[in-house]
Amino acid sequence: MSTGGEGRAAFRQTSAELVVAALFFLLGAIVVYDSWRLGAGWSEDGPQAGYFPFYIGLLVCAASAVNFGQALLGKRDREKAFVAVEALKLVLSVLVPAVIYVGLIGWLGIYVASSVFIAFFMRWLGKYAWWKVAAVSIGNSVVFFLIFEYWFKVPLPKGPLEALLGLG
Amino acid sequence: MDEIHSLLQGFVVALTLKNLALMFVGIVLGVIIGVLPGLGGANGVAILLPLTFSMAQSPGGTTSAIILLSCIYWGALFGGAITSILFNIPGEPWSVATTFDGYPLAQKGRAGSALTAAFTSSFFGALVAVILITFLSPVVANFALEFGPPEFFAVYLLTFCAFIGMSKEPPFKTLASMMLGFALAAVGTDPVTGALRLTFGSTQMLNGFDFLVAVIGLFGIGEILLTLEEGLAFKGASAKINVRVVIETWKELPRYWLTSLRSAAVGCFMGIVPGGATPASFMAYGVARRFSRDGDKFGTGQVEGVVAPETAAHAAGTSALLPMLTLGVPGSPTAAVLLGGLLIWGLQPGPLLFVEQKDFVWGLIASMYLGNIAGLIVVLTCVPLFAAILRVPFSVIAPIIVVICAIGAYTVHNSMFDVWMMMVFGVAGYAFKKLSYPLAPLVLAIVLGDRAEASFRQAMLGSQGDLAVFFSNHLVGTLTGLSLALLFWPVATWLLSGLRRR
Repeated sequence: MSTGGEGRAAFRQTSAELVVAALFFLLGAIVVYDSWRLGAGWSEDGPQAGYFPFYIGLLVCAASAVNFGQALLGKRDREKAFVAVEALKLVLSVLVPAVIYVGLIGWLGIYVASSVFIAFFMRWLGKYAWWKVAAVSIGNSVVFFLIFEYWFKVPLPKGPLEALLGLG
Repeated sequence: MDEIHSLLQGFVVALTLKNLALMFVGIVLGVIIGVLPGLGGANGVAILLPLTFSMAQSPGGTTSAIILLSCIYWGALFGGAITSILFNIPGEPWSVATTFDGYPLAQKGRAGSALTAAFTSSFFGALVAVILITFLSPVVANFALEFGPPEFFAVYLLTFCAFIGMSKEPPFKTLASMMLGFALAAVGTDPVTGALRLTFGSTQMLNGFDFLVAVIGLFGIGEILLTLEEGLAFKGASAKINVRVVIETWKELPRYWLTSLRSAAVGCFMGIVPGGATPASFMAYGVARRFSRDGDKFGTGQVEGVVAPETAAHAAGTSALLPMLTLGVPGSPTAAVLLGGLLIWGLQPGPLLFVEQKDFVWGLIASMYLGNIAGLIVVLTCVPLFAAILRVPFSVIAPIIVVICAIGAYTVHNSMFDVWMMMVFGVAGYAFKKLSYPLAPLVLAIVLGDRAEASFRQAMLGSQGDLAVFFSNHLVGTLTGLSLALLFWPVATWLLSGLRRR
């Protein structure tokens, strides 16, 4: 990506490489541990449940160890930014609201949560007039409601508002 | 000429009013998906797959369902070119190479000819691949009927080793990402012994990780986060296509027949071995630049430079279905999602499909011919409409895409846990892309993990744990040998370049 080198770095490429490789190793180790617990060998009726994943886990560990080493020894990308501060701000400005949105779904239902999420976005980042915000955010949920609940008969999570309107 | 007869039967299946309507709906949806950042072929199909669950239960419904989903795929293949040429933003990874000459052409005011050339050569590439599928897949399927567990495992091994040997990404990152996919596939109840693996007492992990959720997160959310880094506004050339421009470009295209044929060959090859559309398009562009008389002018806006990558990308994307149908091994992430769909609808992809589900297979193949014709008509006539979608500001489009992804992830199993997992996969997808961990082998491993493990265990059972079974006859020995050769290809090239430097 072209933005990598611009602006002040929030993280450096090398640090990101090391963290991701370490996480991979950790996941691989968990797989190895659990497969060993289940039995990674051979019983009378054939391979045990952990037989295949055990080796998969070992391969994850081995590959991530090499990646870790390469990131540690590689000199090329040492000063390169993984993500610049400005870019990180933009990414977080979507990621954080999106996480809150997923949290809201369980509480308000997907239709209300989606409207709130879209409205927040349009107002905060897009600075649209309120009537446009309302039209798009509510219109979007109405369209999805029709598509999923009526047309395809796929029920999506609903909250207090739908119960109040007698739609849930 | 059994194939011709079967194909005609397929046309009878595909040519119903309902299926034709689904074809157009699929193409239009596919182009929109291809144009929008964050929605691509793989996760567009993944999001819409749950909607086909009920459709697939009616008689003949699986054929309609696969026609809808495969047409979304064709549409996405077409759509990627629009954003590359007009906005210099590849809507899909396989259209990156199209930006090299497509965008300069648009800047010169020749957007219309660039688009016409892109669409026409896409169509040509797809056509070559479909003809290949028509005549080659029955042969391959027939051949594969004799396969036992060791042969199937060897085919899987070949697929995954090809990723390591041929991918542009560092081999150990490819390996790590692929093995992570296998590990994720192993989570949940072991299909053979019923033991609970890697669930750590969580009831939500009992069913394992669904690949659809992984695809929606990795490709959808991850892609949005990446796109955001580039800023919030798109600026692009205006799209004008009229009949005169189309005819003029069509008059020019026959000049590039050799480039087209070469690119189609590269594409078909890369699609069948799981190289995929993206490397195919780059390779075809490189080959065309080397062999063309105007090679040194490439990058400044040559129509030939649009023809080559588009032909190859479409040929690869289409021919990726050949191993998916005949062997149950998809050649691209989108083909992997389609394969997952077949499994969910209760069809077993693989050689038996050609024996037991003739209507389905040939209906699908016939729909590939029709779908690509429909696609060409739709994109040529509606380009300005599709380009207008990209003029909708990102602050409106981004949250709507997140909402669509969330709905898609939820509908897979009606579970909120999946929506949370989608967010986790999204962040992972963003990091992986930035650190060049390839996503395609990860997705293929999640889809194929259970099947690969089952064939491995059956082969081991048959041989009482002796690995020599993978060299026990010529066929399986050749497959395993090829796999190992591909696996150690990076080592060989590294050694060679080391020797040369000395």
